[in-house]
Amino acid sequence: MKLKTLSIIFLLAGIFVASSNAQVKLTGAGSTFDYPIFSKWFDTYNKMTGTQINYASIGSGGGIQQVTTGTVDFGASDAPLTEEQLNTFKQKRGTDIIHLPIIMGGVAITYNLSSVGQGIKLDGETLADIYLGKISKWNDPRIVKLNPGRNFPNKAILVAHRSEGSGTTFIFTSYLSKVSPEWAKKVGNSTSVNWPVGLGAKGTEGVAGIITQTPGAIGYIELAYAKQNNLPYCIIKNKDGNFIDINFNTVSEAAAGAVKNMPKDLRAVITNADGKNSYPISGFSWIVVPKDIKDLTHAETLVKFLKWAVTKGQADATSLYYAPIPKQVQILDMEKINSITSNGKKL
Amino acid sequence: MENIQERETLKKVHDFFKKSKDKSEGNNAFLKKLLGNNNLGDIIFERLTLFFAVLVFLLIIFMGWEMYSSSILSIKKFGWGFITSSTWDPYSQVFGALPMIFGTLVSSLLGLLIAVPLGLGVAIFLAELAPDWLEKPLSFLTELLAGIPSVIYGLWGIFVLVPWLRNTVEPFLQDKFPNSPFFQGAPYGFGMLAAAIILSIMILPIISSISRDILKSVPNSQREAAYALGATKWEVTKIVLRNSKSGLLGAIILGLGRAIGETMAVTMVIGNRPQISASLLDPGYTMASVLANEFSEATSDLYLSSLIELALVLFVITIIINIFARLLVWSTERKWKLSSS
Repeated sequence: MKLKTLSIIFLLAGIFVASSNAQVKLTGAGSTFDYPIFSKWFDTYNKMTGTQINYASIGSGGGIQQVTTGTVDFGASDAPLTEEQLNTFKQKRGTDIIHLPIIMGGVAITYNLSSVGQGIKLDGETLADIYLGKISKWNDPRIVKLNPGRNFPNKAILVAHRSEGSGTTFIFTSYLSKVSPEWAKKVGNSTSVNWPVGLGAKGTEGVAGIITQTPGAIGYIELAYAKQNNLPYCIIKNKDGNFIDINFNTVSEAAAGAVKNMPKDLRAVITNADGKNSYPISGFSWIVVPKDIKDLTHAETLVKFLKWAVTKGQADATSLYYAPIPKQVQILDMEKINSITSNGKKL
Repeated sequence: MENIQERETLKKVHDFFKKSKDKSEGNNAFLKKLLGNNNLGDIIFERLTLFFAVLVFLLIIFMGWEMYSSSILSIKKFGWGFITSSTWDPYSQVFGALPMIFGTLVSSLLGLLIAVPLGLGVAIFLAELAPDWLEKPLSFLTELLAGIPSVIYGLWGIFVLVPWLRNTVEPFLQDKFPNSPFFQGAPYGFGMLAAAIILSIMILPIISSISRDILKSVPNSQREAAYALGATKWEVTKIVLRNSKSGLLGAIILGLGRAIGETMAVTMVIGNRPQISASLLDPGYTMASVLANEFSEATSDLYLSSLIELALVLFVITIIINIFARLLVWSTERKWKLSSS
């Protein structure tokens, strides 16, 4: 009996707490790549303002779909929407979608070749030919030529890639398409492609698993993962002809290099970017929101959060191995955020 | 004189059983009628359970219909080409499922090839030969295998099985059969062989526990009769096996059904490459793995629709196999009922 009364009291207390805290809850869905920094942001922001944000890291494709159908307030994607997706969005929601570059990531080319050690130098064409299956041994003259003074074993290269659709794959194939006409023609640039050779593994940890397990393997994974697990990675030749180590600065540099040619809708793919020190396999991750949001309180809360995320939030980036978006892009983001309306009215 | 008496008694006993059987059947029908007509509570109870039973059936129909209607885009675009073409290219939006159908069937059948002898061996030992004190813990242990989450099998596959295959088994196979088309290509460890071995371990408990139950359902009188005629254990086992043939086949096919639907563990070791290759060392792809991998990031309507069509193909194949298995199991049960009456 006592137990029953007690539980009723708790239940009522729960209801009261819930109702006294009746604030707007925002929901988002999308990119798994963004999830670590988003959790940190949402936690910090909740403590600061009381606003609750629920995020489902179901993958970029899923995020785009959910924001298109209107089941979430915002989506997050590592690849910008395609023209087809833009049209579908406009048709379904009667408004445009806004792309906000929110954070940056670099893609590291990692490998398992203990006899050679850290920092093998590669250029775009060589990397593309490895992934096309045209270079299949580590002691291929083209690899040896890029790395004078190093001894490469006569070992087969095992190419590893993501088996599921992924923003990382989008960035990587975008780079290969830019540096290799053959890649662009045969394979193309997408979140998932028809790989000419190699093994597919699910998730970054799957690709890293194949690489660490298999001598001779090469694969692409997010910078954060490579750093956290101390995997050796390649130094890549950029557009300006310099060999660039991957880190937060060189990734941010790639964005700065791309700012001059930034398209109006901010759907900039910044692989193979200009700039002396820009790392060529870098990319933005975007938050995508409708330009016009019907519910005024949702619109206001979301706008407040977005403004915080593109400015103050960026300070959290490097501790989680992301690269912050450069100042110039922050300014462009703020312009876009300020253009968000609710039922046609400015906020 | 005695003989006649004995026969009479036997006849009486027989009649008694026959009567009691008729009576009980009559009683049952009578009871049913009585309860069905008079008691509101029972009517509600009956209808309610009927509703649940029908619900399961409707659910399956609904799932099938839903998958069909969601995949209409791809069905219209590719037609039968979907299951006969072998290009799976999300970038160019061309989808053909043949390599996945091939991968699913081949990995499952290979898994079966390994699991059936093992599973039947375990079942025969447990049902026919093992002493009581050994049977209980051994049955428990084999059934325990079925309770391990498949992602754990997958991890074990990546960290134990794959390196072992790469360093020991595959070089050995290539050394012994240098010209065999089944062992060509670089030995990565990941691939069809790894998937088949993982699957065989996962379906072993299903095959062995169902087979054991089926062997045990063979009436003991048969064994006693055989022993009475001086048969050895092996000969008795042969008789038992022959009489439970189709039931065992059912058990095997249920195992096959499980193998076909298995997702996580296979995805982790098969290499996820949509290709059709004779070599067991080459990577492959299964339908369930494609779905697990690509569903969340399918970016276009046609892509999504093709994935759902793939699910439909998998659904249909699984249903056909399960129906087939059920029919086989039923046919054994019926045979036993017929022969014992």
